[in-house]
Amino acid sequence: MILILLLVLPATAQEPTPSDDEVNAIAKQLYCPVCENTPLDVCPTKACAQWRETIRLKLADGWSAEEIKQYFVEQYGDRVLATPPARGLNWIVYIFPPLALALGVYLLARTMRSWSSEGEMQDVPSVDADDPYIARIEEELRKRT
Amino acid sequence: MIPNVGYFASVFAFGVALYAAVAAWYGSRKGKLAWVESARRAMVLTWPLTSISVLALIILLVTGRYEIYYVASVTSNSMPTYLKITALWGGQSGSLLFWSWLMAAFASAAGLRKWDRDREFLPWVALVTMATLAFFLSLTVFFENPFARIWQTASGEQVYALFQPADALLFVPYDGLGLNPLLRHPGMIIHPPMLYLGFVSFVIPYAFAIAALQTGRSDDRWIRITRRWTLVAWIFLTLGLILGGRWAYDVLGWGGYWGWDPVEISALMPWLAGTAFLHSVVVQEKRGMLKHWNMVLVILTYALVILGTFFTRSGLLSSVHAFAESAIGPMFLAFISIMSAASLFLLIKRWDELKGDEQLRSVLSRESLFLINNLLFMGILVVCLWGVIFPLISELITGTKLTIGEPFYELAVGPLLAGLLLLMAIAPSSTYGRTSWRRLVFAIRIPFLLSLLAPSIFIIRGIFTWYALLGYWLATFAALTTLSEFCRGAWARRQRHGESLLSALGKLIVRNRRRYGGYLVHLGVVLLVVGIMGIEMFQTETQGTLALGEQITIGRYVLIYDDLQHYPQEDVRLNTRATLSVYRHGKLVDEVNPRVDYYYDARQSMTIPGLRSTLLNDLYVILWEWESNGLEAATFKVYHNPLVNFMWLGGVVFILGTVVAAWPSHASLGGRRSMLRKLERQP
Repeated sequence: MILILLLVLPATAQEPTPSDDEVNAIAKQLYCPVCENTPLDVCPTKACAQWRETIRLKLADGWSAEEIKQYFVEQYGDRVLATPPARGLNWIVYIFPPLALALGVYLLARTMRSWSSEGEMQDVPSVDADDPYIARIEEELRKRT
Repeated sequence: MIPNVGYFASVFAFGVALYAAVAAWYGSRKGKLAWVESARRAMVLTWPLTSISVLALIILLVTGRYEIYYVASVTSNSMPTYLKITALWGGQSGSLLFWSWLMAAFASAAGLRKWDRDREFLPWVALVTMATLAFFLSLTVFFENPFARIWQTASGEQVYALFQPADALLFVPYDGLGLNPLLRHPGMIIHPPMLYLGFVSFVIPYAFAIAALQTGRSDDRWIRITRRWTLVAWIFLTLGLILGGRWAYDVLGWGGYWGWDPVEISALMPWLAGTAFLHSVVVQEKRGMLKHWNMVLVILTYALVILGTFFTRSGLLSSVHAFAESAIGPMFLAFISIMSAASLFLLIKRWDELKGDEQLRSVLSRESLFLINNLLFMGILVVCLWGVIFPLISELITGTKLTIGEPFYELAVGPLLAGLLLLMAIAPSSTYGRTSWRRLVFAIRIPFLLSLLAPSIFIIRGIFTWYALLGYWLATFAALTTLSEFCRGAWARRQRHGESLLSALGKLIVRNRRRYGGYLVHLGVVLLVVGIMGIEMFQTETQGTLALGEQITIGRYVLIYDDLQHYPQEDVRLNTRATLSVYRHGKLVDEVNPRVDYYYDARQSMTIPGLRSTLLNDLYVILWEWESNGLEAATFKVYHNPLVNFMWLGGVVFILGTVVAAWPSHASLGGRRSMLRKLERQP
C-alpha cells in the first residue's frame, strides 16, 4: 500500500544547492540590517532576499556559518547579530542581569534575616486565620490525615 | 466645523483636568471641601468632554474627510465602516486621544464611586488621575493634533494645522492612504484597546496609593479599595498581550507569537510589575507586611505604564535620533521623571509610618515564598528593561546600534520562569507563619510522584533534552499541586455537607473566588508554559520552492502543492491563495490555504498562513513568494508547531481565572456574616 502511495504521490521539489533550509539556518541567526528586530530568515523585504542569496552563494563557495556571520558583521555592523558580541562595553549586557539578581537575593536574604530575628519575639497566627472557611477546611483535612 | 468642535472639546477637557488637579490640591490644603467636590465634578466631566472629541474624530474618519491629515493617513474609500472606526487607534495622534478618552472614563468612574468612607483620599486621587489625563491631553492639544487639516502653501509645500495659515489653501485628497494592512486583522483591532484599558486602569490603584501616602493612612484600605481595579487592569493587560500574540501568529507570517521585540516588551513590563504587586498585596492583607514594597511596586507599575507608552510613541526604540526629533518624547521623559520623583519623595517621607508587622517566623512560610516570587518577577523585569535600554545606551555612548534578540531573553528568563513554576508547585501547600518541611512534603508528595511521569514519557519517546525534561516536569508538578488544592477543598466540602463532588467544587470556587480564581490563573499559566515550551523547544521548519504537483515534507506530514489562484476582492485587495493537500502517514487529512492579501491603497501585503490546527500540533504554512509566469512555481515556508494550542487554551483559562477572582462577591458584608453564622452552626 505504502509502495503504491509512494508511486502515486508526486515527486519532491528539486532543491537548489545549498537548500533554502541550509540558508535559513544561518539567516535565522542574523537580524535584518534595515528592518527593526526582524530575523533575516523571515524578513520579507527585497533587500533581505538578496542577503539570503548572498548567504547561499557564500555557502556554495564553502564558507562556514561563522565566516558568513562575520562577513555580515563586517558589512553592516554588530547589529546584525542576535546578541551583541561580548567585548568592550557590551560585557555589561551579560554581567548586569546576574549581578542585579545576586543583589536582589542578597537584599532579600538580609531583609528576611532581620525580620526573622524580630519575628522570634512574637508569635504569629498560623494558617489563614482571617478566613474561617479555609481554616475549617484545613482543620478538617488535618483531622483526616 | 466638526474638526473644530473635536479639537476644542479636547482643549476644554485639558483645561477641566488641569482645573480639577489644582482645585483638588487647593481644597485639600486649605481644608475647603467645596473645592474638592468641585474637583470631583470636574473629574467626572472629563469623560463626556473627551467623548465629544472622540466622537468628532470617528465622524471624520467614517465620512472620509480627507482634508484632515489623520483621516487621510489611516483611512481610504475602500475600507469598510468598522475598520474606519477602529482607525481611531491606528495612528499616533488618534491613539493618544483614545488613550486620554479611556483614562477619562476610568477617572470619571472613580469620581462617581461612593466616597463616604474614604473622603480624605478623594483630592489626591483626583490630583493624580487628572494630572495624568492633563498630560496626555496636552500631547493632543499641543503636539499631536488629530484634527489638523492639510494646507497647501503657494510654494507647493504641505502644512498640517487646524486653522488656515497665511497664503495657503485647503488640500483635499481624493482618497486616503488607508490603514496599514497588518492593523486590519480582528486581533489587532481588539489588541490595542485592551492594552490601553490595562494601562489606564493601573493608574487608579496608583492614585489611591499616592492618596494613602499623602494622607498618612498606613493601613491597607487603599489596597482593599483598589483590589478589583487592579484585577480588572490585569485582565485587560493580559488579554491585550495574548491577543497581540495571536495577531502576530496570524498575520506576521514568521510562525511565532512573540519575538522579544522592544514594543512587545514595553507592554509586558507593566504586566510583570503588576503581577508581582497582585501577589505581594496578599501578604499585606493577611499579615500586615510589605507596606513599603507594595508602594514601590504600584509606583513602578505606573511608571512602566507611562514608560511603555513613551517607548512606543516617541520613536525612541528605533533610534535615539528619532527620539530627539520627536516632539512628545522629551515631554514623556519629563512627566515620568516628575511623577516618579514625587512618588518616591512621598514614600520616603512616610517611610517610618509604613512600618508594618515585619516578622518572619520561618523562611519556609507562605509569606517568604511570596517574597521569592516577587524577586523572580523583578528579575524578569530587570532582564526585559535592560534588554530594551542597553541598545539605546550603546547607541548614545559608542554610536553603535545593537540588537538584543531572542537568545538573550530566553537564556536570562528561562531559569527565572522555572523558579516561578517551582514556587507555583509548592507555595499553595504552604501556610502563613510557619510550614514544617514534613507538612509540606506530605502535602505535595502525591503530585510530586505523579509529576515524574511527565519526564518519563519524554524519555520513553526518546527526548533527552535536559531543559525540556525539567520544564515539563515543573509544569506538571505545578498543575498537579494546583489541581490537588481543588480536590482537597472539594473533598472536604463533600465530607462535611454531603454534596456531590461537582457541586462541592463549584461552591468551593464561588465561596472563595479570590483563592480559587488565583489557582485557575495558575492552571492557565501552566497551560501557557506548556504551549510556549512546545513551540520554543520542538518547532521544526522547512522551506521549498515547488512547481504545481510537487511535494514538501515536514516530520510526518507531506504537503502537495495543488493550485494557486488570484482573487480580486471588492475592497481593492488582491488575494493570492495557494492550495496544498496535507497527507499524514500517506493519508489525506486536510487541505491548507496560505494566502497573501495585497492592498492596492496601502501598497502593502499581509501574509495569512494556512493552518491545520489540532490540540497537539499546528501545521503552519506560509506562501512566501510565487512566479506569475504560467508555471505558478511557489515558495512555501512550513512550520510544525507542537503544543502551541495549549498556549491559547492557557490564555482562556487565565482570563477565566482572573474574572472569577475579580467577580463581585454575593457575600457582601451581610451575606458574608450569614455564611459565617451558617458555618458556626455546623458541628
